[in-house]
Parts: sequence; C-alpha cells; structure tokens
Amino acid sequence: MGGQAPVVQRIRLRYAKRGPLRFTSHRDFARAFERALKRAGVPIAFSQGFTPHPKISYASAAPTGVGSEAEYLEIGLQTVVDAAQLRVALDAALSPGLDVLDAVVATEGGGSLADRIDASKWRIELPQVETQVAAEAVAAFLATEEVLVERMTKQGKREFDARNPVAFFTVTNESGAPSGANAAPCAIIDLVVRQVTPAVRPDDVMSGLRVVAGLEPPVPPRVTRLAQGSLTSQGEIVDPLDADREDATIGGR
Amino acid sequence: MSVQSVFPQLEQLLPRVSKPIQYVGGELGAVVKDWDSTTVRWALMYPDAYEVGLPNQGVQILYEVLNEQEDVLAERTYAIWPDLEALMKENGVPQFTVDAHRPVKAFDVLGLSFATELGYTNMLSALDLAGIPLDSAERGIDDPIVLAGGHASFNPEPIADFIDAAVLGDGEEAVLEITGIIREWKAEGCPGGRDELLLRLARTESIYVPRFYDVDYLPDGRIQRVVPNRPDVPFRVNKRTTMDLDAWPYPKKPLVPLAETVHERYAVEIFRGCTRGCRFCQAGMITRPVRERSITTVGQMIKEGLEYSGYSEVGLLSLSSADHSEIGDMCSGLAEQYADTNVSLSLPSTRVDAFNIDLAQELSRNGRRTGLTFAPEGGSERIRKVINKMVTEEDLIRTVVTAYTNGWRSVKLYFMCGLPTETDDDVLQIGRMAHEVIKAGRLATGTKDIKCTVSIGAFVPKPHTPFQWAAMERPEVIDNRLRMLKQEINSDRSLGRAIGYRYHDGEPSLIEGLLSRGDRRVGKVIRRAWDKGQRFDGWSEHFSYARWVDSAAEVLPEFGVDLDWFTTREREQLEVLPWDHLDSGLDKDWLWQDWMDSKSEFEQDDCRWTPCFDCGVCPSMDTEIQIGPTGKKLLPLTPVAGLRTPAAAHTH
Repeated sequence: MGGQAPVVQRIRLRYAKRGPLRFTSHRDFARAFERALKRAGVPIAFSQGFTPHPKISYASAAPTGVGSEAEYLEIGLQTVVDAAQLRVALDAALSPGLDVLDAVVATEGGGSLADRIDASKWRIELPQVETQVAAEAVAAFLATEEVLVERMTKQGKREFDARNPVAFFTVTNESGAPSGANAAPCAIIDLVVRQVTPAVRPDDVMSGLRVVAGLEPPVPPRVTRLAQGSLTSQGEIVDPLDADREDATIGGR
Repeated sequence: MSVQSVFPQLEQLLPRVSKPIQYVGGELGAVVKDWDSTTVRWALMYPDAYEVGLPNQGVQILYEVLNEQEDVLAERTYAIWPDLEALMKENGVPQFTVDAHRPVKAFDVLGLSFATELGYTNMLSALDLAGIPLDSAERGIDDPIVLAGGHASFNPEPIADFIDAAVLGDGEEAVLEITGIIREWKAEGCPGGRDELLLRLARTESIYVPRFYDVDYLPDGRIQRVVPNRPDVPFRVNKRTTMDLDAWPYPKKPLVPLAETVHERYAVEIFRGCTRGCRFCQAGMITRPVRERSITTVGQMIKEGLEYSGYSEVGLLSLSSADHSEIGDMCSGLAEQYADTNVSLSLPSTRVDAFNIDLAQELSRNGRRTGLTFAPEGGSERIRKVINKMVTEEDLIRTVVTAYTNGWRSVKLYFMCGLPTETDDDVLQIGRMAHEVIKAGRLATGTKDIKCTVSIGAFVPKPHTPFQWAAMERPEVIDNRLRMLKQEINSDRSLGRAIGYRYHDGEPSLIEGLLSRGDRRVGKVIRRAWDKGQRFDGWSEHFSYARWVDSAAEVLPEFGVDLDWFTTREREQLEVLPWDHLDSGLDKDWLWQDWMDSKSEFEQDDCRWTPCFDCGVCPSMDTEIQIGPTGKKLLPLTPVAGLRTPAAAHTH
C-alpha cells in the first residue's frame, strides 16, 4: 500500500440523535457514520499505516438513550468539497433520526472542537411528575453546597459531587412533553452542566435530586442534549461552529 | 382498523435493558408502510437475538421480495432477551416488529426462518409474548398463520403442535404464492375461516399443514404411518426450488443495522445447492441441484450492494464457493475492480486444494487479506471415506503448506467428532495431522512463526441425509475424545504450541439431535423445557442440558420412548421416519444405498463432473443443474467522483 492522500480540508459537523435512534450508542453511530461516508461518496482522508482509518474525530458523545440536538465531529478530506452539499449528502446517507444539521469548514489555527466545548445544556422530561414536585427538588438541590452521588465508572464505583458543575438548573413553565410521550403531567427541567472529570451527566444530577429531595420518577426520564459549547458569563452556550463561520465570513469565502 | 405502534410503551422499558438499539429498527433498507393501504401483512421472524438474526440472508431476501409488492407489508421481529421479556410481561407490552413496532398478533402471517432447531424455544417465547396461543389448535381467526421455513422445516414434526404450516425449500416464490392465496381468501371475505385458508395452502402440495396429517405409532414406539386425515390434501408434500438465480438478485437493498451484528458485510450467494455429497451435510442434500448465479449478475449485485449499504466487506457465499464454474474469473475480476479501494473480498474457503489459495491470493490483491479455513472434517483417511469428504492427508498438508509459503501465517482447520463408525483413533489422527502440517510448514518456510487452529464440533445426524439412520455418539464419549485429542496435540510441546484448539461440548449437540430427528412427541419435550424457562438454546450461557434431560425424562416415558431412543439409536431400513412424507426429492433407496456405501467406505463422485448417480432430486422435482461458464468477464468499474446527494434516492 502506498501513502495516503493528505488532508486538504477539515469540516466540522453538528448532528442530532432523535427519537428511537437516541438508543444508538457512540460505537453504533461511529460505524453508521463510516458507512454513510462511503454511501455519500465523501472523499474522506485516511490515516497512514497498515490498517488505515478514516480521519474522524468526535467531541464528547451523549450517553446511549439520551437524545441530542448538538453532537459534534470533525472529518479530514482529501479533496475540497462544498460544506452545505456535504451536509445534505451525509444527512441523506444516514438513517432518519441521525440527522446532520450543520457543516462548516474548520479554519486553520482556530483551535480544536474540544477547546470550544466546556459545557452542555440538557432538557430532562419527567413524565408523571408534577411540575411543583420537580421545582421543589431542584430548589433543594441548588440550596445544597455539595451533593455526593455514586456511579459505576470504568475504574469501579466512584463517589463525586454533582452540585458544583451545575451552572443552571430550572423547571420550565412549558406544559406537556414536546416529545409527545405519555399525557400530562410531565415536569420539564433545563440544566446546564460544566465539563469536569469525572463527567457529571444528567443521570448523576437526577441521582442528586433523589439524594436531596427523594425524587424518584415512576418512569425513566427522557433526556435531550440541547446544546454544547463554551459557557459565557451570561449563562449562554456558544455553538463551537460559530467561530469557524465568523472567520469564514471575515475571510470572504 | 388500523394498528397502533407499541413504541410509546416500549420506550419506557428500553433504558432499563442491555443494547436497546436492537429493538428500535431504523436500519438502512428498513421499510415502513401504511398499514391500511396494504392487504396482506407478514411478520418475519428469525428466532434468535437481533445480532444473529439481522444478517440472515433468508429473512432479508423475503423481506425485500414481499415489500416490493405494493399491497403487501412485511416487517421483522427477533427473539427478545430475557431482561426485556420480563419487563414486557410486567408491563403488558406484546411481541413487536422492529420496523414500525406493530404487535405481531395483528399480522396475517408470522413466518419463522429456522436455520437450526435451536430456535424452537424462542418461537414459543415470541408466541407467548405476542398473545398468540402456543398450540395451533387453539388459534382463532384473529391469530396469524404461524409458518415455518428454513432448513429445519424439512422435519417440522417436533414443532407440529405449534406451527400452522411449513414450507420446505426456497422461499422467494413460495411467499408470493402464499400471499396470493391469502389475498384471494381475504377478498372473498375469509370463507371457511382459518381451516379453509390452511386447506387452500395445503392443496398447493408444497405447503405442509401438520393438522391435516395423523401419525400412528407401533407398540414399540416407532411410527407406523403418517397419513392425511382428509381426502383433499396430498400424501406427500414437495420442497420448493427457485430456478434461475439471475432472475432473483436479492438482496438488492441489504439491511444495514445500527447495532453491532455477527456479520457486517454485503453477502452475495454465488450459487445454491451442492452435489459434493458430504454425507453429514443436510444443506448439501436438501438444496440440490446446483444453481449458479452468473459472474455478471454477481458483479452487478456487489457493485449496487456496496453503493447502497456503504459496507466495506463482501462475502461470496455458497456451500462450496470454489466450485463455481466461473470462480477464477469472478475473483480476478472483482480483485481488479476493487484494487484501489478499502473493500475486502472473502470466500468461505472450505475446499482443501491449492486452487482455493490461488483464489484467496487474488482477492487479497489490495492488501486486505482474510483468513483461510479448510474443512477436512475427519481426521483419518478412513473416516473421510465414510463421510465422503475426498481429501487425502497429502492434499491437506500440501494445501496448508502452500498457504504458509504464500504468506498466510495461520490457517483454520475444521473437524467433526462423533461421526458414524468413528473410533478414538480417528479423532487422535487429527492431532497427528496437525503436527505434520506444522512440521511441513516450518520446513517449507524456514520459520517457526506459523500456526494452525483446530476447531472441532460434535456431529449431529440430520433428516434427509444418508446419516439419518445413524446412531449419535454419547456426549461423554465425545467429550472424552475431545480431551484425548487435546493431549495428543500437546504431546509434542514445540508443535503443540503452534496449534490452537477450539471445541464444542457433546451435550448441546445431543439435544440438537433430539430436535433434528424428533417426531411430534418431541414437541411435548420442547414445551416442557420452555415452561421450565429454556430459551436461547444456541447460547451456552442460556442453554441448560439438565433442563432438557429432565424435560425428556418427564414427558417421553408416557410414549414408551426416551432421549436415547431418539438420539443414540440406529434406525433400520424399513422404519418409517418422521419426515418420510416430506419430499426433498432425494430417493430414500438412494439415501439408504449411500448409507451402506458409507459403512463400506465407498466414495461417491460429484454429478457436475461425472455421470448422474440417481439421487432422485432432478427428475422428481423437475429441476436440473444450472452451471456456467457463461464466458463473460467483469469489466473495470468507472469511478464516480463527487458527492452523492439525494436526487430520487432514499426511501425509508
């Protein structure tokens, strides 16, 4: 085998895991995405070496079973393509429910995707939980300085604080689940968590609600990641693709 | 009346089970149709876990063939793991299809593909979860027709109580004919109810409806006769044979799963049937005659299958792929077409000769080398004559050494244990042969860096083969021989280190033997074992030998027979076998003669290259051998540059 063609363009994508396909694990998605690259005829670049791998790098993936409107990845290409066309081609090549939402050309020297992500915004739907009950639990959580929860990690059972990384936590006033799950009641919580190690995930925060307020939802919560990016002092999350987009505009592409 | 999706209820349970992705569907190639605008609706089930069932070719082909019909809807369902099964029962969620999550009970037909008998208990779980009575006699007009297909349906007697009908042989045309019968019956307003529909199916003479046949037994437990209990059904039921595989180039749109499955490749069947005549091989016996798919159709299917699926692996499947009349041109043509790609091409290599290595060498031209597997099946020259596997020890050693000198560092060798007339020495011979292989390989390559893996499983006698009369060996004898073989392999430490050893215990095979050659009385054992919790018989962590033995001991004495009677007993020529009324085309006298030839170690040639030996299939089924060469070649592919954006493409 000769050498592989060099990377001439990097494209960053935002994609969603929706509906039933939120049960796709990260490994499942990665396999499906590699096949989608082939189906769509994307001129993906490969790594050097005995078993060349396609140049794909993922930003932190949402847990299996959690929906997402804001997953990110970057691909390296051996030919320059139009980002908008690439988005359409890849979206069509993936199963409905794995939807490619945005594509921008990465600017050189603009830093990696990971550098631009330090927080996630989550929506937690709690079917069969009254809004008032959820609001009281959230208030109790916020009023506590440290909320220790346990989770099995690759290193075994670990205990950590679920409170500190929580930047924003509120019960919204929307009524009814937008997902159209079971009929009312359904409490809806919006949550912003900073990226820390070990990662604090929505299920850890839910464990925290159990610890501080004894909240035990009768059915599993339905969780969706709404955004990922850098958290501003105003509490907003900046889309990590914006920086590339702005640079491109300034550069007049 | 429309049918509701059970997904909203199922969705609540999925976060609590392992690998939920296997229950959500959404595969590429999956088809969801509007329920009300179709008239005949099939639920197709592969009765094992999704990861095993999804890649199954049979189900994928029938799914596509059926869904191509405008007024027909076909969806898929698979065996549900015990964790979700328990939750579904607790919450009243029925067995569902993965495509649109519709309840299986709402369909017209539940078609089950039994590649092996190990799916029988999973069928009962699915019926139970679906809310369909387990006994076919108790089903009503609202229940689907439970239809069995696949190789195991050549003896469906052990599941005769649970199924309504069985199809023997190729399914492509059968499913369309059945669809036509149901369509017509429904259009007429379902006259005569379920019984009338089953009668119409039975009258085709190629769909077996067990309830229309009675089995009488002799006082000693053997079958006296199997006869129709009504005048308007045939005495014998014929198998189906799809001729002209080029006219049925399926799968065109293979199902590509999101979940990880056992095979992730585009598989194309390059021919169907086999006349090598290996006496243990049920597939080779019941799929005759050989029907080749032409080199150009194979090339076209691969091109389109890869474009559609995005797979990077291709398998050229059949019972003995190197025997295709155009295999040389096929391999070199494909190697040329995919030379500059990351596509890996593979041939399930079981033929023990150098030609196979030439082909594998061709296919690995782009640097993607796949493993080499040879199947001598028996360790001694003598036992290979018994099973009609015409390979000499010199053939094997020469072939494997050729593989080593061509750069393969490791090869796999397949064998069976417990073959008729087998002695300890026949099995120990495997170890000696493996030693010779390594010695010769080291000599030829001048390196110690070569290996082989001996893989060995217990033989299970199957219906419609010359070994259908044979006694099975007892599991303890098998296990002892497997232990002795291990010692033999390791008796020389230097050689032993280069030989991997994999084996399967004898116990599961004995139960497979019970299910393979059982009659209707074995159905009671299946039911008892399932009642006791037996499921997923193909999975060692779920299979319980003790549960099966107990179930047999509880149920069978009432009939004056036992587990041994069905498994380790040799049958006599005149005994009525449970499947004698099911016609695979093989002449029973020819099978008996082949069984006798086996015992006298007489070998039978292949009818593709020597005169017909009168196995009976072609004249009785009105079929003939269809082989090339066509003389055509595969042309270079023109690479298409640019992104493929959806024009008309993409229908889900």
